Amino acid sequence: MQEITGLFRIAKVLRDLLGQFIPDPQLVDICMSLINIGAIFTIISLTAVVLVYTERKISAFMQRRSGPNRVGPGGTLQSVADMIKLMAKEDIMPAGADKWMWVLAPMLLFIPAAAVFVVFPFDNKAIFADLNIGIFYFIAMSSQSVLPFLMAGWASNNKYSLVGGMRTVAQMLSYEVPMVLSILGIVMLSGSMRMSTIVAAQQHTWFILLQPIAFVVYVITATAEINRAPFDLVEGESEIVAGPFTEYTGMRWALFFLAEYANLFAVSAIATTLFLGGWNGPWLPGWIWFFLKVAGMIFLFMWFRWTFPRLRIDQLMSFGWKVLLPLAVLNIIVTGIGMYIYEFFS
Amino acid sequence: MSNQDINNLLTKIQERYLEDVKIIGEEAQAALLVESHRLLDALEFLKTNESCQFDMLRNLTAVDYLEYIEVVYHLYSLPLHQSITVKTRCGMEDSQIPSATVIWPSANFQEREIYDLLGVTFTEHPDLRRILLRDEFDGHPLRKTYKNGNAGKGGN
Amino acid sequence: MLRTETFTLNMGPQHPSTHGVLQVILELDGETVVQAIPNMGYLHRGIEKLAESRTYAQFIPYTDRLDYVSSMGNNLGYCQTVEKMMGIKVPERAEYLRIIMTELNRIASHLIFMGSLAIDLGASTGMMFGFRSRERILDLFDMACGARQTYTYIRFGGVSADIPSEFIPELQRFLSDFPAMLDEYHRLLTGNEILYHRLKNTGVISGQRALEIGLTGPALRASGVDYDIRKVEPYGIYERFDFSVPLGQVGDCWDRYIVRMEEMKQSASIVAQALEQMPEGAVMATVPKVLKPPAGEVYHSIENPRGELGYYIVSDGGVNPYRLHVRRPSFINLQVLNEACQGLLIGDVVAVLATLDSLMGEVDC
Repeated sequence: MQEITGLFRIAKVLRDLLGQFIPDPQLVDICMSLINIGAIFTIISLTAVVLVYTERKISAFMQRRSGPNRVGPGGTLQSVADMIKLMAKEDIMPAGADKWMWVLAPMLLFIPAAAVFVVFPFDNKAIFADLNIGIFYFIAMSSQSVLPFLMAGWASNNKYSLVGGMRTVAQMLSYEVPMVLSILGIVMLSGSMRMSTIVAAQQHTWFILLQPIAFVVYVITATAEINRAPFDLVEGESEIVAGPFTEYTGMRWALFFLAEYANLFAVSAIATTLFLGGWNGPWLPGWIWFFLKVAGMIFLFMWFRWTFPRLRIDQLMSFGWKVLLPLAVLNIIVTGIGMYIYEFFS
Repeated sequence: MSNQDINNLLTKIQERYLEDVKIIGEEAQAALLVESHRLLDALEFLKTNESCQFDMLRNLTAVDYLEYIEVVYHLYSLPLHQSITVKTRCGMEDSQIPSATVIWPSANFQEREIYDLLGVTFTEHPDLRRILLRDEFDGHPLRKTYKNGNAGKGGN
Repeated sequence: MLRTETFTLNMGPQHPSTHGVLQVILELDGETVVQAIPNMGYLHRGIEKLAESRTYAQFIPYTDRLDYVSSMGNNLGYCQTVEKMMGIKVPERAEYLRIIMTELNRIASHLIFMGSLAIDLGASTGMMFGFRSRERILDLFDMACGARQTYTYIRFGGVSADIPSEFIPELQRFLSDFPAMLDEYHRLLTGNEILYHRLKNTGVISGQRALEIGLTGPALRASGVDYDIRKVEPYGIYERFDFSVPLGQVGDCWDRYIVRMEEMKQSASIVAQALEQMPEGAVMATVPKVLKPPAGEVYHSIENPRGELGYYIVSDGGVNPYRLHVRRPSFINLQVLNEACQGLLIGDVVAVLATLDSLMGEVDC
């Protein structure tokens, strides 16, 4: 384990290896980019596979049941079995569906979910792309996932899907604003939008201690952004029977599902980076700390899902606009005043 | 409520309506038989009069007696803790009874059920259509003359 | 011309939250309900017509399948009606056993109500917890009569068989565990702010309107009307037990939920009292093999978990009933759906349906 103390080390080793076989440095860069892309997709797939199993087991233990325990030791191969089943399903398209929009929607949903993975700081200097607008890039890309829901809702030629699509737009747009404002507090504290700077600024104190309100607002808005309970009325199974997803089956549905779990990982990773100190931590390698913290956040999100009932659309809207937004704005004001006072006295 | 009380109440009501209301059945099974043209009047009286106050329609059903169809109303009074049975009859061909929904809205679904299964038409009912069987169904199954062979006609 | 229109959404017979095969035709203005018309009959099995060609004893299993979640109550209502016609007196031990079984069934039925309400509103953990407790009750029923859902345990003149020796210790274990279980459910559901705001002031039905439209059972009591047949016209030996009838004030979904939760507690208390007072003895009276009630008619009703379950039997002196009509509480309770849902959102329709607690087997008969 000693030689793999940092993920950056692996990247450096690979680059040197490639440099020995390929003389042109630009070609080496292209090869490394391809390897990075492959790594992202691997991480996303692994994430989805692991998270599906984890969610089912955690929910089962919370509900005093045993969860999957047949396929593989302790049910661990359940996700694999599910994937095989989904791939073998017949691909049905509803009559009267708007063909190209209907087909494109799951793909367009998956793209932003995958694209945000490039700005996660897994370890010291182990970011696929350390953009100087890091967190802004994340916000911009995750906002893109509103439109594919609406596309799916409209193109399915189904009233339930339409209602679901409408709800999505209302919910996700309403909760974008407090989320951005809560992140703004962090940007103010660290003075930069670059992910590595934000993590470096938390070496001594995690930002959750300095910005507790922002953390609470972020967690709530993140739950709303990824459409999980208590904000899952977009796909509120007992009311609109899966909303925009109703008419999708087989691999298309698997893409939605994959995007949902990729999103879950993404918001947990952002929460870890912004509030819980990223990969900082004693004794263990950075990337282990990162994954542990992300796992903690994921457990928190799963805990919410299996405890709370879902909100109604008007309650959701009024909560977002009348409670979270003022709180986030208040947080910014208090942070600004606090920073000024701190600088004044030092 | 004892049998004697029931009989007293029935006798009192019968005196008000004379020949349009008869008492049938003995003891615990005593009921008021009302002519259908005085039905709504009698039911209204039973609901509003102080010694009656039958504010709850417990049960509304009908029985096919081959020569006539008898519609049965079971009423209950919450303030006075008494119950009464009211009946009315109609013919097999032209079965029309005034609807009691104006007095007790709870008669709505029950009258639709009687219409659906026994073919009794309730005049002035707000929405008289079949409730349990499909709209295109032919016949009224709960009638004694309904033959099961009709079910095969026209597919299921 | 720019204008908005209402659209029709079919909350069709196949839907996760309609508690069976019920079609609700929703006319919506955006997400607001303009009309909610229930359309039933998908589970109509012609039970009343079947009764006319079955003997009285052969009909008992049919009553199980009406409101299949509270079968003991259905059996009880029917058997008591026929016993009223024939003048049969039931032995003491059988009366107590009937009370124990029907009150346990009331708890089981309300647990299903709680579970379905929870999962319809998104808290699926509530359903798992409720069903877990219900398993204990079903195990007890399995011990007594061999069946988990459709019992045919209560017969004319008593019950079909005495309880085995393991029944009472198991029942006592359940009764001692039950208050802790109820506390857990109250912590998970009643104490949950989201659930409170989903149910409070939703689907309000005033007491006066509830009585007019024919509501009975917990839905009527939640609107403040004190009508519980066990108190008003006691049947069996209910006068011997000390229990209270919870009443609501506003008549909204929250009251309907709280009333049923309280009723579970009261039922557990009745079972405990019955267990103490139950004597030894026969469990079945002497009943003729071939039942021929004298010509005449009778109407008898009991308090089932969903409302007033009544049986109207007309006998012509033969072995088959001449006419048998079941006064079904879920059927009549559904009349209130349209007016209760006026101006509510789609999510509230689900809550109203769940708190009205209709069971389609009973609605369609």
